[in-house]
Formats: sequence, structure tokens, C-alpha cells
Amino acid sequence: MISTTSLRLAALSTVTLAFAATGGSAFAQKKYDTGVTDTEIKIGNIIPYSGPASAYGIIGKIEEAYFKMINDQGGINGRKINFITYDDAYSPPKAVEQARKLVESDEVLFVFGPLGTPSNTAIQKYMNAKKIPQLFVATGATKFGDYKAFPWTMGWQPAYQSEGRIFAKYALTEKPNGKIGVLYQNDDLGKDLLKGLKDGLGDKASMIIAEESYEVSEPTIENHLVKLKATGADILVSISTPKFAAQAIKKVGELGWKPMFFQSNVGSSVASVMRPAGLENSQGVLSLAYAKDASDAQWDTDDGMKKYLDFVAKYAPTANRADSSAIYGYGQAQTVVQVLKQAGDNLTRENIMKQAASLKDFAPDTMLPGVKINTSATDFYPIEQLRMMRFTGEKWDVFGPPIDSNLGG
Amino acid sequence: MELFTNQVLAGIATGAIYACMALAVVMIYQAIDHLNFAQGEMAMFSTFVAWQLMQWGLPYWVAFVLTLIFSFIGGIVIERLLFKPLAKAPVLTHVAGFIALFAIINSVAGLLWDFTIKQFPSPFGSSPFLGSQLISTHQAGMIFVTLILLVLLFAFFRYTRVGLAMRAAASMPESARLVGINTGWMIALGWGMAAAIGSIAGMLIAPVVFLEPNMMGGVLIYGFAAAVVGGLSSPLGAVVGGFLVGIFENLVGTYIPGVGNELKLPIALALIITVLVVKPNGLFGRAIVKRV
Amino acid sequence: MSTVQEVVTEAPVIEDAIPKKAMALGPVASLVILALLIATPLFVKNFIIFQMTMWLIYAIAVLALNILTGASGQFSLGQSAFYALGAYTSAILMEHGDINYVLTLPVAGLICFIAGFLFGLPALRLSGIYLALATFALATAMPQLLKLGVFEHWTGGVQGLVVTKPDAPAILASLGLKVSQDMWLYYFTLAVSILIYIFSVNLLRSRSGRAMMAIRDNEIAASAMGVDVSLYKTLAFGVSAGITGVAGGLGAIAVQFVAPDGYTIQLAVALFLGMVVGGVGWLPGSLAGAAFIVFVPNIAESVSKGLSGAVFGVILILIIFLVPHGARQIAYGAQGLIGKLRRN
Repeated sequence: MISTTSLRLAALSTVTLAFAATGGSAFAQKKYDTGVTDTEIKIGNIIPYSGPASAYGIIGKIEEAYFKMINDQGGINGRKINFITYDDAYSPPKAVEQARKLVESDEVLFVFGPLGTPSNTAIQKYMNAKKIPQLFVATGATKFGDYKAFPWTMGWQPAYQSEGRIFAKYALTEKPNGKIGVLYQNDDLGKDLLKGLKDGLGDKASMIIAEESYEVSEPTIENHLVKLKATGADILVSISTPKFAAQAIKKVGELGWKPMFFQSNVGSSVASVMRPAGLENSQGVLSLAYAKDASDAQWDTDDGMKKYLDFVAKYAPTANRADSSAIYGYGQAQTVVQVLKQAGDNLTRENIMKQAASLKDFAPDTMLPGVKINTSATDFYPIEQLRMMRFTGEKWDVFGPPIDSNLGG
Repeated sequence: MELFTNQVLAGIATGAIYACMALAVVMIYQAIDHLNFAQGEMAMFSTFVAWQLMQWGLPYWVAFVLTLIFSFIGGIVIERLLFKPLAKAPVLTHVAGFIALFAIINSVAGLLWDFTIKQFPSPFGSSPFLGSQLISTHQAGMIFVTLILLVLLFAFFRYTRVGLAMRAAASMPESARLVGINTGWMIALGWGMAAAIGSIAGMLIAPVVFLEPNMMGGVLIYGFAAAVVGGLSSPLGAVVGGFLVGIFENLVGTYIPGVGNELKLPIALALIITVLVVKPNGLFGRAIVKRV
Repeated sequence: MSTVQEVVTEAPVIEDAIPKKAMALGPVASLVILALLIATPLFVKNFIIFQMTMWLIYAIAVLALNILTGASGQFSLGQSAFYALGAYTSAILMEHGDINYVLTLPVAGLICFIAGFLFGLPALRLSGIYLALATFALATAMPQLLKLGVFEHWTGGVQGLVVTKPDAPAILASLGLKVSQDMWLYYFTLAVSILIYIFSVNLLRSRSGRAMMAIRDNEIAASAMGVDVSLYKTLAFGVSAGITGVAGGLGAIAVQFVAPDGYTIQLAVALFLGMVVGGVGWLPGSLAGAAFIVFVPNIAESVSKGLSGAVFGVILILIIFLVPHGARQIAYGAQGLIGKLRRN
């Protein structure tokens, strides 16, 4: 037995050698790193399918479904995508374990879309030391666009800080003498966006007369709004995730308080925030967006939205199509497919980073009209444009041109 | 002064949530002599059932009653299937069982109904109550229902045979068995009742905090705290504890400068521990005499 | 055999009368396990070594809880707080104080010992469910304390703190041994684990250990016999917290990162489950319990992504149904079996 196996092995290696020798010139441009063959590209991913942030698990499921669709259509340049996604339960130690498993055991080409600021911070050093792309991280923390210190890490969604800055600009022009009350979630989202807001206000940062933070463990945040109203603020900036965003909008309505209300992007879904909060309470609320909202009827006839809806109907029939996380996963997966298309047969980790850093005017199906993805060797913030919108009737009215936040070069 | 009154009123409104949950906690404590960490998830699941029934077109009260029945039976089934076989296992193993139950219910609810928040209707509406914008008619209704539940529970444990038998079965199972109480079924009945009360709490809480699989996480911590402050053996204590925790938490957040807002929960919990150190059985609890 | 029957047939709050020699493992079994622990890393990938390091670290933390619950009978759902305190102590000393990682561990242990001892004082007045709630409160409060703006300069606030991973000592390289960071950290952790294990076994066999167990079995009787109940209960809290702190420090070094989100109540629950699965009051069970913490979520996830929580729950229920007393029951069972075979 032993002799036959070794014979076979020997034969096999001779064939491979011969192939490599002849193929050397014929496929000169074919360059692979670990995780790629002529028929397959291995991509890793880390998402909290369980634990406190399991609501985001749908992003991983949609991405998996999206790659299945791509594979059914023949893959990318003839290669199928093998998407390996693991659960980190939103715990940094677990994220490190899973990232190492992906890299050292599954031997993926790169890790795509790991979710959450803590988890990404935990694996960032490792990924960069190993020179493995940590591509399109699913968090808006501004630190994930630092191409100098971490050339293997790239963000995707607009940085939280840019949101703060854009709203500061708006407040300064519309209500220069306003008094701002801020309600923020006490985590990286809240702190980062608040910093952007303060930076944007510049020497007028004193417009902020009150800051109230809440913890996600609080059942309701009503009392914070009672307190903010009592300060006499006439601009309310609510930096909150869907459940708390809905509570805030509802409570502000119930209190009969009519401030200029700015809601951060993460909590602006029509289906999971505005409608539960009550349409009567939601009127006039301002927010920023870069993607379309599948629960917003105005996009029903939109070509990109139709593609998205067809995809969900066929590949993820059990998913809630109106969930903004589903749209997020779709856009992110489409961006990575674009990167792989651009990379062609040069599927080295270096080239993946290079292609990710040379996206030009790329517009996934789910982006708002006018919002485009642009990156360069000195700009690791793919989506930088946001559009202001106001809630009117049952939908968001986008107004004004796409605003560039220019955090990257 | 206005801020103070406002915060107290807002505290009463949130306190009603805690009080409601605390009642369910006391119920299960009376039946099995310890806390059920999966209780919040059970309540959440019941609330989703009610929501689903309403989505299918049933009117609120029909869905309400059906959910109560479902929860009652569900509670008994869980006890029979999961905890009766463990009756001889140590308490710590039971706690592990609660944690397993928690994980299962949370995960299944997430799969069935996903994690986007759902609006849950209130039978009381949500207009200002008596002209106060701080307490809505729903919150007033919730306080009212909590008080009714309190009276019913009090009467049940005090004056009915079953209630007395249940208390006996929980606190002294062996003596209870000797006087002819079927302790096994008392425990099952307690699970059923606790699940039913939990479902009422869930349906009352959901309009305020919105329905989603993780909605009870925070509520249960406060519910435990409220029940413990008031005394785990006293329904009245649980309700008073709920309001106290709600009000106290708001005042800490408002009046302790600097860290008050950020450390609302830790400070509230520290106070609870202080109460326990002074009165180890809670404000309204019966003292337990240990025997050698 | 008698021990097994005793354990299986009785169902008190914390199993009583675990003979003190049964809290540890026999010399042969210990040596076999030790040999496996030393040899395995030589044959596996770095990633597995990392997993094994985490496994040992959780085993230390579970062992600490076992001393508290198994030996002194006090129940805690707040071990994550001490773990976090130890992790942050190590991380801050290493990153802000430039102190060698080895030296940060005793400091982490000491600080946690003091914190645990102090927490044990009010906890003295609490028992059973009330103590569970108090510790639960501590675990919930800890991430918020870590986020606190006042300490942000040191703790990094919500963003956390990145820790540099230590290299193997230069001496090894000069001896011609190529030891990777992971492998070095593993053996370092193993050495610490062995020290802590030996310390714990001896502690429980000492006068203090016997006093703790006496309190566990019957507090009033112990007190009547002249055991200083307050002292030994708080001491158990302190020792348990101190050991947990060392585990936390090691965890921070292995993961290279500390953040409030890493030390939530979920960690406390995981440690608790580890203790139950390993067997309450049986120190070697900590290894089995820690294996449960590290590997069962991975198994659950590979069965179903959408329902990983449910699968985890079902596995847990199966375990407690089959062996309500955890790995200890299996070990005793095996011991009994071997004994029987020998006799035959």
C-alpha cells in the first residue's frame, strides 16, 4: 500500500512540475496567494451570529447568499467563491480565535467584513502583521482607514465622525444660535460620532449644552429625554441604534417637544425605526444616508432596488428584506466582488489591497443616487458621501447633493 | 423642582416595567425557591406569540387570552420536560439549565421573527395621562394592571389552598409531601403561573421598549433587583421595589454630578446591595431561620 | 465506588462531603494529563496552540470559581468582573508602565485579591440567591466602570487597549531553539496553571481549606466549632478573585487586546457553566469545563449558524441530563470501573 501511494504521489508531483514548467509562460499573469486555486477563492468572515449583537447575523447570511448567487452565475473569472463565515458572539477574544482559525487553519485569501469596533481592533494587529487583508470592516469607527499604520485594513461604510461633521455643518447654517442636546449610545459609535460633531462645530462647540449617554442594557431611555428637554435645547442629536432611536423619537413626540431632530444613520430605517416610533412622531426628523431603504416605497421602481429584491426573493427568502442590515450585507458583498473582478487572475493579497484601494466611481445597487465608492492608495474610506434627508409622510425625502466628508485624502 | 417631579414621574413610569417583571420573578421564586434566569426570554417569546396572533388578524384581547393560555401550558411543559428530570440534580445544575433555556428561546425567537424591532399595540392607547406628558395612558394602564395582579397574587398565596400548598411545597418540600401535597405538580403549576404572569408583563412592556428578541435582557436585571429589594417572598415588596428602583435610578442619573449618568445602573445596584446588607431578606421579606 | 453512589443519589444545594483527597486527581492521571499538555503543542498548528492557551486560561478562571463555590459554598456570577480587572491591570501596566508581562501577573493577582476580599465583606451578609444577584450586579456594572470617562486615559474607554504580545526569551533563541510567540505563551501559561493548581490543591488540603469546606457543609456548625466564618468566607472570595485576575492578565496578553465588550456578563455565565460542566468542587474538572467554554460554541456554530444559540443550549441540556454532576461524575465512574476490573 505504502509503495503504491508514494508512486502515485510521485507521478502526481511530476505532472504538477511539468504543468508548472509549461504553464509558466502561458499563464504569466496568474499569480496566487494561499486560498486561491483555478476554481476557487476562499474568503473568511466573522459576524456575531449569537450573543448580544446577533441582530447583525443577517449581514453574514445575506453575504453568503450573495456569493451563492455569484457562484450560480459562474463565479468570478471562472472561480467560485468559498465563503467561510464564523461566529464571534461580539467578543474580542473569540474574534481573535476565529480570525486565526480562518488564516491558519482554513487558509483564506483574506478576511472580509468582520463586524464591530472591538472585534476589529482586536484582530487588526494580527492581520497586519501577517499581511492579510482585513477588508471592508463592518464598523464606522474612523480608525479603520489609517492606511499608513495599518495598510492591510480598510473600512467600508461612512465613518461615524463624518456623519457628525456633516450634521454640524447643517446646524451651523440652519440654526447658528441653536442649543444642542446630544443623546448618545455609550460605545464607539456614540463617542466617535459625538467627536465628529464637536470637530464640525469647531469654535462653536459650546452650542452643545447637554450630553446624555445611555447604555444598551437600559430597558428604556425615556428619562434621558425628559432631562434633555429640561435643559432647553432646541436641537436634538440622537446617536442611537434602532430600538433606542425608535424610543427616542416616540418619547420626544409624547413630550410635545419640537426640537430640530437629527437621527444618526444607523437608526433611520423606515421599517424598524420610523414606523414603530409612530409616523406622527417621525415627521420632520433629519438624518443622513448612503444606501436606499427597502422599506421606503419610493425605491420600489428603482432598478438597483429591484435587483436587490429579486436576489432576496430567490436566495434569502426567509430574510427580512426591509432590514437595513440585509441591504448593508448586499452592498458590501457587491463591493468585494467588484474588487475580485478587478484583480483578475492576479489574486495575491497585495493585489487585493491594491484593487480595493483603486475603486473608481463604483456604485453598488443599493447606494443612493449620486453616492459612489472611491478609494486610492491614500484614501481607505470607501464610502464617504452622505445625503441629508428629512422624514415626510411615510418616507425619507432626500435633499441637497451628496456631501463629501473628506476624512481620507 | 420641576425637573425633580418630572424625573420622579418618569421613574414611576419605568418603575412600572420593573414592578411588572418583579411580580413574575416573585411568582417563580414562591414556586421553586430560586430565580429563573430564562424568565425574561420566556416572557419575550410569549409576547411574540401574541404579536403573531395579532398579525394573523385576531383582535387584541383574543390574542391576549390565547397567549396567557399558551404561556401557562408552555411553562408547565418546560417544567415537566426539562426540570422535573433534574429534580435530583444540584441547584447549580438547574441554573445551567436556565441558561440553556435562555439560549434556546432567544435563538429560536431570532430565527422565527428576526431581530428588527416590532411595534406592539397597547390596549390603553398612548396619549398623555391626566394631562401629564410624562406618563402616558399606557403606562397608567400598566400600573393599574400591575396592582390588580398584585392583589390577585396576594390573595392567591394567602387565602387559597393551592397557593398555600405551593408555598409549602417550595419552602419545605419534605414536610409538604408528608401532609399530602403533591409537590411535583405544585412546582409545575408555579411554572405555568409564572410564565403566564411573565407573558402579561411582556405584553405590557413591549409597547414601551418595542418587541425584539433581546428586549427583556435589561428588564430582567432590574426585575430581579426590584424583587430582591422588596423581598423575594412578597408580591407587595416586589411592586414597591420596582417603583423604588425606577425612581432611584432616575434621581441618581440626574443629580449625582459627573458620573451619575454614566453609572446609573452600577449605583442603583450598589444601593440594592446596601439594602440587602442591612435587610438580607429585602424590605418586605420574611426572615428565614436557619437550622443546624 | 462509595463516592459515586453518594454523589449520584444525593442532591443537596452544593454536594456535601466531597472527601478532600477527591478534590484532586491521582498521581498517575495527573502525570498523563501533564505529559499530554506538554507534548501536544509540538505537533499542532499555531492556531491550535492559541486555542489551547485560551483553554488553559479559562481553566484557571474556572478553577478559581471552583475554590469559591466548590470549597466555600459561595455562589458567584460575577467572576467576569475580576477577570476584567486582572486583564486591565496587566494591559495598563504593560502599555502605560512598560512593565514586563511576567511581573504584571502578580500585580493583577494582588489587586484582584484585594478587590475580591473587599467585595467579600458585604457579601458575607448575603447567601444563596442574594449573593448570586449581588455578584451578577457586579458583572453587569464592570463594563460600565471600564468605559468611564474619568479613567479613559488609562483604559482607552470604549475603544479598549491594544497589548503587545511578548516574544520568547532571547536565551531560547541563542540556544538554537526556535520558539514562536504562541508556543512560548502556551508554555508560560501552562507553567502558571500548574503553579496555581498546586497552590489550590494545597490550599484546600490545609487548615484554611478544611475550614472553608466546613463552612460550605454547615455554616452554623462550623462557627460553633470555632471556625472564623467571616474570615474564611472573605478569604475564599479574595483567593478566588486573585486567581481569576491572573487568568485575566494572561488572557489580555494572549488576545493582545482589552475592551469593555470582552468582559460582559456573558463571560461570567461561561465561567459558571464551565464549573458546572466540569463538576462543582472537583478541581481537575476545570479543564473539562474550560474545554466546554472554548469548543462547544464552535461545535454549535458548525451545526447551524442561525440557531447556534439553540444548539448550544441543547448540548448544554444534554450534558446536564446525562451527567448532572459534570465531568467529575464521569471520572469517578471511570475510577470505579477500573477498580472493579482490577478486583476481578
